[in-house]
Amino acid sequence: MTAATGTVAETPAGKRPSLRHRLADRGVDRVLLLLVPGVVFLGLLFVYPFLYGLQLSLLPASGGLFDNYQTFFSDSYLRDTIWTTLSLGVPAALFNVLASVPIAYRMRGRFRFKRTITTLLVVPIALGTVLTADGLIELVGPAGWLNKLLVDFKVINEPLVLIHNYWGVLFSLIITGFPFAFLLVLSYLSGIDPNLERAAAVMGAGWWERFRRITFPLLVPGLAITFCLSFVLAFSVFPSANLVGDPAGETRVISIAAYHAAFEQFDYSMGSAISMIMGAIMLGIIALVLGWRSTMFRGATGGKG
Amino acid sequence: MREQRFSELRLDRIGRNFGEQAALSELSLTIRGGEFIALLGPSGCGKSTALNCLAGLLPLSGGSIWLDDKQIDGLPPEARGFGMVFQNYALFPHMTVRENVAFGLRMRKTPKDEMATRVDEVMRLVRLEDQANKLPSQLSGGQQQRVAIARAIVYEPPLVLMDEPLSNLDAQLRLAMRTEIRHLHQSLKLTTIYVTHDQEEALSMADRLVVLRDGVVQQIGTPDEVYDHPANRYVAGFMGYRNMLTFDVESTAAGRAVLTAEGVRLSGRTFGAVNTSKAVAAIRPEDFVVDGPPPNRVEVSVEVAEYHGREMLVEARMPDGHAIYFRTEKRLAPGDKATVAVPPERVLVYPADEPAAPQEAVA
Repeated sequence: MTAATGTVAETPAGKRPSLRHRLADRGVDRVLLLLVPGVVFLGLLFVYPFLYGLQLSLLPASGGLFDNYQTFFSDSYLRDTIWTTLSLGVPAALFNVLASVPIAYRMRGRFRFKRTITTLLVVPIALGTVLTADGLIELVGPAGWLNKLLVDFKVINEPLVLIHNYWGVLFSLIITGFPFAFLLVLSYLSGIDPNLERAAAVMGAGWWERFRRITFPLLVPGLAITFCLSFVLAFSVFPSANLVGDPAGETRVISIAAYHAAFEQFDYSMGSAISMIMGAIMLGIIALVLGWRSTMFRGATGGKG
Repeated sequence: MREQRFSELRLDRIGRNFGEQAALSELSLTIRGGEFIALLGPSGCGKSTALNCLAGLLPLSGGSIWLDDKQIDGLPPEARGFGMVFQNYALFPHMTVRENVAFGLRMRKTPKDEMATRVDEVMRLVRLEDQANKLPSQLSGGQQQRVAIARAIVYEPPLVLMDEPLSNLDAQLRLAMRTEIRHLHQSLKLTTIYVTHDQEEALSMADRLVVLRDGVVQQIGTPDEVYDHPANRYVAGFMGYRNMLTFDVESTAAGRAVLTAEGVRLSGRTFGAVNTSKAVAAIRPEDFVVDGPPPNRVEVSVEVAEYHGREMLVEARMPDGHAIYFRTEKRLAPGDKATVAVPPERVLVYPADEPAAPQEAVA
């Protein structure tokens, strides 16, 4: 309607408005062409491999369409990898998100050394899993500092077993995943107008009431997104499950099962099927969390950034 | 569970520094219960700093604040029990209008039925009964503003602080809200401190004005006092004395001064000592009278004439080259010659070396 009135003067009576104006009416303009490289890129690097893997998973070496999936869910050795992975990924993601909240809450204002502290908190992102695993072995391994200290001071008699099992992988996931969650939570927090808390304070709310009634409810949608991303990172754990875990037993995660099928048994079809299952589980959890999020207030939080 | 009323709020030389810079220095002011005070000044003059210090959102760098004989400057904001209206309203976006208004009462653990009555009462007062269950984002600017005010007064705080509450509204709504705030103040008698950069707003609403410049008080007085007797050139410039004419001093005696320039001779009133060789004559555009009686007559040539309904706002040049602005009901046009006069008691003379108001250049 707006374009129609705008073009009256330029278009001779009875003639249709130009193509450009008609496209603009439907919200299309040439700037959209800039999206083409992105779409092509996404198509080549994500959609195509995904569809290829899907069809591969449906064409097992022998048997029918869904044989691979049937095998996976009937073989407890394979099926249990789902539970193993969830029991690592969910606690790690939850811990990372929840631990980020108080730290980010303290750090949302402006203060001295903020940059230094943020940098220190974020460094593990740059380390990579292998270096982290190395550090973990040095720190909490059977001959690491922690155990030496505890044994020397007679706190314990036997070294604690903290790596090459469930705990080693969990620690590694926390160390590498925390900075990521922290940065996200910090940016969500600084998007909340600080005047809201100030207003609550003037109206008589102490710090706990301010957090509980103002900041936290406004932060929850952001926490849900942070949880989803942290969970996806943790769920696809692979290197640390091998390096500081027990890849044949306690930490045989789903990605190890996929790797095993595809690159040790050379059953690409089965490997693809496991990957598809892995993807479906991640999407399922994300859908659950986002569904719950949609029941929250998600409007503008009044912040400037 | 009404908050205790007080008879006197005393600011004793309060100050606030940001690093090396003093945003507010040595503000002393005694406010009587029920009074409406406006803190007036351009942005960066320290008026919002003063308000935040009062609310407890900024710690003081010096001085003390007393509510009768209770010192309150060490208390956190939640322990002071004041009400505050923020410039951007700061409504809680996830709460309905009703929940927003009830927040202060909830924090005070008001019983449920009393809370409901009082929220209803205030919502009626600000005419928001029909919007109770909407979210703030569904309201217009003026309605949001009324929620912010309702939220700040529902628990009848001893002191209401308002930080430029009307600056985000359009001109018409601003006028309406101005009256409404004044009306609320008259019916509830809540002591109010109102921060603004708009002198008209301050003059029309406040019982007393505090004019600030660079964190330093320039003048404290009733609207009458500040309007008619600005303490210095800065306050005069802020109060709408748009003509600031720098002339040579011919003589000064007993509160009178005579200033001269080429073809012009002006006599006016002085408030402080004028012992500089140059002085500034501050004159309101509406105080010039076309074809008025002597003294202080000067012939000018019209350069710009703006239509303002019943009257014209005219920019004209004096023989010495100074531009003056005056209002007149006469229909003047560019190029016309006119003789204007101004009564000597309407000419305020200040030393030329005093700082000027920021408006002088533009207004």
